[in-house]
Amino acid sequence: MKHMRALNKKAARISGYVAAQTADAVPDVVALQDPRPTQTRPHVPTGCALMFSPGWEVDSAGGTAGLCQPVERDIYDCFVSCYWPAQVPDHLNNSPNWASKCAAATKDWRNLDLIFP
Amino acid sequence: MTYRLGEFHPFQAEGERFLYLVPAGAIFQVDEAVEKLLRCMEISTPHDKLISGLVDQGMSLEDAEGLVSEMFHANVIISETAAAERPQTPPAVFPLQTLVMNLTNQCNLSCQYCYEFGADKVATPEGKPKFMDLPTAKASVDFLLSQAEGRRNIHITFFGGETLMNFPLLKQVVSYATEKAAEKGCHIDFSLTTNATLLTPAIIEFLSENRIGVTVSMDGPKEMHDQLRVFSNGKGSYDIIAPKVRELIQNHKTRPITARVTLTAGVTDVVRIFKHLKQDLGFHEVGFAPVTTSPNQLYAINGTGMDSVLGQFHLLAKEYLEYALRGEAHGFSNVSDTLAELCQGVNKSHPCGAGLGLMGVGPSGDIAPCHRFVDSDQHALGHISTGIDLAKQSDFLSRGHIDSKYDCHTCWARPLCAGGCHHEAFVRYGDTGHPNLHYCDWIRDWTNTCLEIYGAIAAKNPEFLMQFAERKSA
Repeated sequence: MKHMRALNKKAARISGYVAAQTADAVPDVVALQDPRPTQTRPHVPTGCALMFSPGWEVDSAGGTAGLCQPVERDIYDCFVSCYWPAQVPDHLNNSPNWASKCAAATKDWRNLDLIFP
Repeated sequence: MTYRLGEFHPFQAEGERFLYLVPAGAIFQVDEAVEKLLRCMEISTPHDKLISGLVDQGMSLEDAEGLVSEMFHANVIISETAAAERPQTPPAVFPLQTLVMNLTNQCNLSCQYCYEFGADKVATPEGKPKFMDLPTAKASVDFLLSQAEGRRNIHITFFGGETLMNFPLLKQVVSYATEKAAEKGCHIDFSLTTNATLLTPAIIEFLSENRIGVTVSMDGPKEMHDQLRVFSNGKGSYDIIAPKVRELIQNHKTRPITARVTLTAGVTDVVRIFKHLKQDLGFHEVGFAPVTTSPNQLYAINGTGMDSVLGQFHLLAKEYLEYALRGEAHGFSNVSDTLAELCQGVNKSHPCGAGLGLMGVGPSGDIAPCHRFVDSDQHALGHISTGIDLAKQSDFLSRGHIDSKYDCHTCWARPLCAGGCHHEAFVRYGDTGHPNLHYCDWIRDWTNTCLEIYGAIAAKNPEFLMQFAERKSA
């Protein structure tokens, strides 16, 4: 803070909060932070960790047949539904139609082809 | 956005400006730009008007925006439509930390102002044991340990009556509690309050060896002390206790020895009392409190008396500051206790820990919110054998909560005061949850004085405040 100097413990906590709020302390692009945090920490980013994708789970029988989404869905989970650059084709600019032939993942997953930039 | 002022108390010290932010209990030193901003603030000020007001005072547009943003996020200025935030209620589970054990309700003195035996007493000791017995004492210790789940440091204060009239039990409790606490892996310490009449070299040695903190109730030099602190035959107790107190201070080396002075009509010469207790007798710390009484008692201090007390508090406070700037301990505990709370930035939901982290237990095993309510049927919060009566505890705590004290909601001193002593409120107003309106001006003046001292020390000798950074009870 430029104009106020913290002199006790509560003031120090407010300083930390204000520093996190004021513009120059927060970069324009902040990964996985949406909305912008109201406190410096703890901050839990929204993202893969909070999405209930089948991923590496098993169903109640110990297999993958009964998952709420087909396990094959995981192959292109980072495509469209996530904005984080991952090892899948970029749907915004270069490969908007990558998954267009894959209407039902369990059946059509073989149609997801490699991309050669 | 349109702004209005947040809730704060401005003060100055050593030529510097400070803000005490009330809802948070935060203390900030501020620069001239903040002063400029506050000058521009009206009851309601639109953002653009505030910015142009700052620019008119010579600030660049960018600096003005930055300043307004900083002040807004720190709640120095708030949105015109912002609703006041309610203070948080204490957590439902609040482990006990301190147990005050009234080892006896008997006393060998007959101080007229005594809240236990005087005209305003709340205790109803008829038909109850006069001395605590060992089974009750052990059950009390077990109660403390079972209720202190999760605490690493716990504390027992011995109280009375006159505590030392049951010294044999005190010794047994110290050894029992030390053993039980060690089994549980937590640290326990002890303290006691006494009138010093029964101190002997053997007792002093025991207190020192066991690191038992000692507070002596003492009202000053002989002519003041003997006014009300008398034996039942009317004879003053000063001559009996003065040599014992000197011996205590000389031979009890493990904890600071504190004097606790009760101010009454005619015993208001604070400076002289302090000098006598600190310099002539050698107490490490001296703390003062005006007597708790209904206003019609002869020993009650009237308004002018309280003004004179406050004036003398200021003199001692000034002296405290001079000591602090040299890095020396002064011993006026009314200042140091407040500085410790300011350093933490407390914002209290309740005036003290009574009924929350602190409980009292009487000779009969009755649990009370604190030692002042011990033996009072009306205020009992349960019994050591059956535990805390949660309904009564909840009633006591909701009455005493700052939320229910509407008079306090606009007062900037409420983070520290929270309406003041439950017991004093009951004696004055017949309700433990009534704010102590008779000393509001006094509290605000004294809080402001302590803020000024805090600010001055922070500006000139900040290292001195480090001693308050650790929470006393942590």
